[in-house]
Amino acid sequence: MDEFLTRAVLAGMGLALAAGPFGCFVVWRRMAYFGDTLAHSALLGVVLGLLAGIDPSLGILAFALVLALLLAWGQGQKRLASDTLLGIVSHAALACGLVALSLLDTIRVNLMGWLMGDILAVGWFDVAVIWGGGAVALLALWRLWPTLLALSVDEDLAAAEGHNVARARLGLMLLVALVVAAAMKVVGVLLVTSLLVIPAAAARALSRTPEQMALWASAIGMAAVVSGLGGSWRFDTPAGPSVVVAAVLLFGLAQLNRR
Amino acid sequence: MTALVQLDRVSLRYDGQAALNGVCLIVEPGRIVTVIGPNGAGKSTLIKVALGLVRPDSGSVIRRPGLVVGYVPQKLAVPSSFPLSVRRFLAMAAPAGDWQGALDRVSAGHVLARQVSQLSGGELQRVMLARALLRQPDLLVLDEPVGGVDMAGQAEIYDLIAQEARQSQRGVLLVSHDLHVVMAATDEVVCLNGHVCCAGHPETVSQHPEYLALFGPRVAASLAVYTHVHDHAHRADGSVEHVHGPNCHHGQDCNHG
Repeated sequence: MDEFLTRAVLAGMGLALAAGPFGCFVVWRRMAYFGDTLAHSALLGVVLGLLAGIDPSLGILAFALVLALLLAWGQGQKRLASDTLLGIVSHAALACGLVALSLLDTIRVNLMGWLMGDILAVGWFDVAVIWGGGAVALLALWRLWPTLLALSVDEDLAAAEGHNVARARLGLMLLVALVVAAAMKVVGVLLVTSLLVIPAAAARALSRTPEQMALWASAIGMAAVVSGLGGSWRFDTPAGPSVVVAAVLLFGLAQLNRR
Repeated sequence: MTALVQLDRVSLRYDGQAALNGVCLIVEPGRIVTVIGPNGAGKSTLIKVALGLVRPDSGSVIRRPGLVVGYVPQKLAVPSSFPLSVRRFLAMAAPAGDWQGALDRVSAGHVLARQVSQLSGGELQRVMLARALLRQPDLLVLDEPVGGVDMAGQAEIYDLIAQEARQSQRGVLLVSHDLHVVMAATDEVVCLNGHVCCAGHPETVSQHPEYLALFGPRVAASLAVYTHVHDHAHRADGSVEHVHGPNCHHGQDCNHG
């Protein structure tokens, strides 16, 4: 196996491992649109990163975290429904990113690479960042787990029972932003949330406890990465979309188990 | 101070509309306070203020330090995407409790292994009450705890709540939108419509023939009709109009509530 393929498989599996449990919360708490909004902001993050002279991936991460904070704050106001607010921010960020990219006439940016992902181009450094960052994110999730479960049942109930709801909610939003930023390299702006939503949705049919669902989501995500990249290699199809197609096939397979 | 929770002249506005206006309320250990009022009277808002979930614009809310609360919200929408058994749901509130015993007390012993998202409205209501009691709370806060529960079950649940208050000295703050049926064991009824219209002891047990006919003597014995005479009426915009009743001590040109 070529080394670049090894790196791609390792990066994809690390990402899928971390994305599994977070994907469960995205499904339970209906945060798919939140993930999309962060993903759409990535192009603007790339431009800001280039302008600031830092790595585009760092630009994406920093911008996603700032946006998550802004959205957490914005959800406190009741004037606009949450999905309307996300709809505005999401497409504003995408459009601004595309416009800003076109204004950068001195630097060439691989637009397709960012939109569709470029997993075959990840280096060893990227692999290390994904596994390290994923470990940190999962550790933080472990700490917040009981409160986040209570939150997913009912926020008022959780608060009345003494859980620190505001901290856990903000923590989850920032961690999802981290995972989305990390996933950008692998599947790109357009397909990022699929790696969160599809494995978790597939895991639902196989699980009777929240923990089972989190573990199955990770396992299904990793299986999708391996089979997707294998298919991409075999049939010469684009890598990121092939992983997502594999995830969808696994989702369909899991439905057969629905009791 | 023995009060579990004490609200003093609490006011709250939503979008310029007064939701609560100068509301005072005290719940003490072993006492049952029932809040009644029409839809939109601010009952659920009052409960959220008492729980500390919503901060009032003015007035004070004092909860006894270290207060353990058992809360039964009006509705609970556990998404079907969330795999959560009743056993786990109870364990989240009480990791080492007697879950089966708690369910048996609310006549829901058969649902322990079921998924929460598959319970009927009445079953979920019973499970939530069992869960609140498992926490051994100082204060039980119940937002329409018998919603979706059949009539005989309602009396059973009210009996259980009364028993919890008396035997375990738990304070109970209970909300009902039903203006006619409140618990016989209620120590104080608070009639809310933005402000406190009136508050006081209900008639304990009703021997009203219509109730006896409707529910049968056993059920009717645990229900009571709270009759009270308002000294004011509400205009369509919610403002207060003084009504001069037979026991009115106000002058002829008074215009307060």
